[in-house]
Amino acid sequence: MKQIYLDHAAATPLDPQVFKAMLPYLKKEYGNPSSFHTPGKGAQDAIETSRQKIAAIIGARPDEIIFTSGGTESINLAILGYARANRQRGNHIITTKIEHHAVLETIKHLEKKEEFTATYLSPDKYGLITPEQVKKAMRPETILVSIIMANNEIGAIEPIAAIGNFIQKTRDQKETPVFHTDACQAAGVLDLNVNKLHVDILSINGSKIYGPKGVGALYLKRGLKLQPLQFGGAQERGLRPGTENVVGIIGLAKALEIAQDKKDKENTRLTILRDKLIQGVLKNISKTRLNGHPTERLPNNINISFMDIEGEALLLHLDSLGIYASTGSACASTSLDPSHVIMALGVPYEVAHGSLRFTLGRDTTQEDIDYILKVLPPIVEKLRQISPVRVSEKYFK
Amino acid sequence: MPKYIAKSSRGAKGDVASHDKKQSWFYSKTVKNHFFHPRNFMDHDPKKNEHNAMGKVGSPACGDELKVWMRVDPKTEKIKKFWWRTFGCGSAIASTSMTSVMVTAKGGMTLEQARKLKPQDIMERLGGLPARKFHCSVLCDKALRDAINDYYRRANQFDKIVIEGARLIDPIAKVTDHDIEEAVLEGAITLEAVQTKTKVGIGNPEVLPAVEELIKFYKEKYFG
Repeated sequence: MKQIYLDHAAATPLDPQVFKAMLPYLKKEYGNPSSFHTPGKGAQDAIETSRQKIAAIIGARPDEIIFTSGGTESINLAILGYARANRQRGNHIITTKIEHHAVLETIKHLEKKEEFTATYLSPDKYGLITPEQVKKAMRPETILVSIIMANNEIGAIEPIAAIGNFIQKTRDQKETPVFHTDACQAAGVLDLNVNKLHVDILSINGSKIYGPKGVGALYLKRGLKLQPLQFGGAQERGLRPGTENVVGIIGLAKALEIAQDKKDKENTRLTILRDKLIQGVLKNISKTRLNGHPTERLPNNINISFMDIEGEALLLHLDSLGIYASTGSACASTSLDPSHVIMALGVPYEVAHGSLRFTLGRDTTQEDIDYILKVLPPIVEKLRQISPVRVSEKYFK
Repeated sequence: MPKYIAKSSRGAKGDVASHDKKQSWFYSKTVKNHFFHPRNFMDHDPKKNEHNAMGKVGSPACGDELKVWMRVDPKTEKIKKFWWRTFGCGSAIASTSMTSVMVTAKGGMTLEQARKLKPQDIMERLGGLPARKFHCSVLCDKALRDAINDYYRRANQFDKIVIEGARLIDPIAKVTDHDIEEAVLEGAITLEAVQTKTKVGIGNPEVLPAVEELIKFYKEKYFG
């Protein structure tokens, strides 16, 4: 059976070149970077080369890069680490309702257990946040603003540079508020130059950019203080102790390098495929709705709701045809809650339950899109036939 | 763990995103079969004279909605025909389909037998469901009981209607034992999780011991 993997926002395959770069460090180069001997030095050099590479790509200095175990850890270290270390400066955090759970749950923890307060900005109906909203939410005690760069579910690209610019002006000579962005979904697609983005802290990981899972990085502007989450070593300047994931770090740097190299060409190619799929579905299947912004959108993200049916049932049908996608339906989530991102768009629950996300990748072809456009309408038709629900067009638009 | 919990979900969180093409599917073979080949669904506009009872449960907002229609033989009170429509996930569709087969098999269940059908019976026939999909099969038997009441209502046998009384646990938040049962079925097995879902006892802490008791009861009932 033909297999079409369209869940690249969840995980990407390892790039063969990345694999090749990693291979020696899985076998021959096993030294501990902290050891004082030749194999140890070799591993340490490899880490430092990777650090320099990543720093160069994002316009930072090598000592501003901290390696972690992935996006979730980067985000936790950024938010918990900064909030705890700078508690005396203030206890207010601004974020959005459409962050990844790694951001939301971490901030909720601070609210619940550590006497912080937070403002959760609501996006507009397309999923976008404006600098004005941040401005309005700002208080003297605001120490941290955390806004996702590109949304993992609906692909909305936030105006990070404009928000960052505003924050920079606001704080004048003060250190706070600092600006963190979760760039995990954006890392392979957008320009990550931290100076142009005016961000102070930035989180990325390997598994969304054709790199390995279990590795991430945090950019932390020089001079900012973090409280580490774990203790027991001097690695990563003591901010992230523990023997480094050498092979992962090498993979992450290589993956970011390739993704950033390819991005202009690949973005153009994917945007055409994306728009073809979106237009094809909206035109050929009735009672459908695009979630997210039509253009301020990741080039590989398609998120469409099919009214009167439920997303998990759709996924199962697609899976049986070798098409692998994702849904914001409650039924398909372990928590049995519908997607908080789609709900934040101010739409009825049904829109989340009936949502389907395709995220395209480097292997996605024109033929794949044609195939989906061919097989999807009868599946929707069949599920609508056995559904008792008939919402009106006006209800969800 | 009881039989009606699918093996694959024991101890595992289970997510509809993992794939192992070799053997396992998210659900049992029987669930798969009923999902891809649903039996007895209402594939036409329901006609007035073909059914004499209707039941409904859920709403699309909460993720599942079921509608069922039955034709009951008034002499024997056996279910002769059972049609359905379901908005919901794979297990909700398969559960309704299986229910339709079970209540009409061998000349049909009597209404009295059908009323005794438990969600566990449906799940067992399906070869088990993942633990967090429990509420799907619970909905089927609710829709079925709703239809049974509707039959008696239409037949003017009001004495046979069974109204499922719910006990008010928190008079302020208007939370019943039923709501707590639902919350547990949806995976809220701690007091905190149940409170998030139902708001029970928030601002009314004296009801909390009773709530905890109920959570424990339903947890054991459904999750063993």
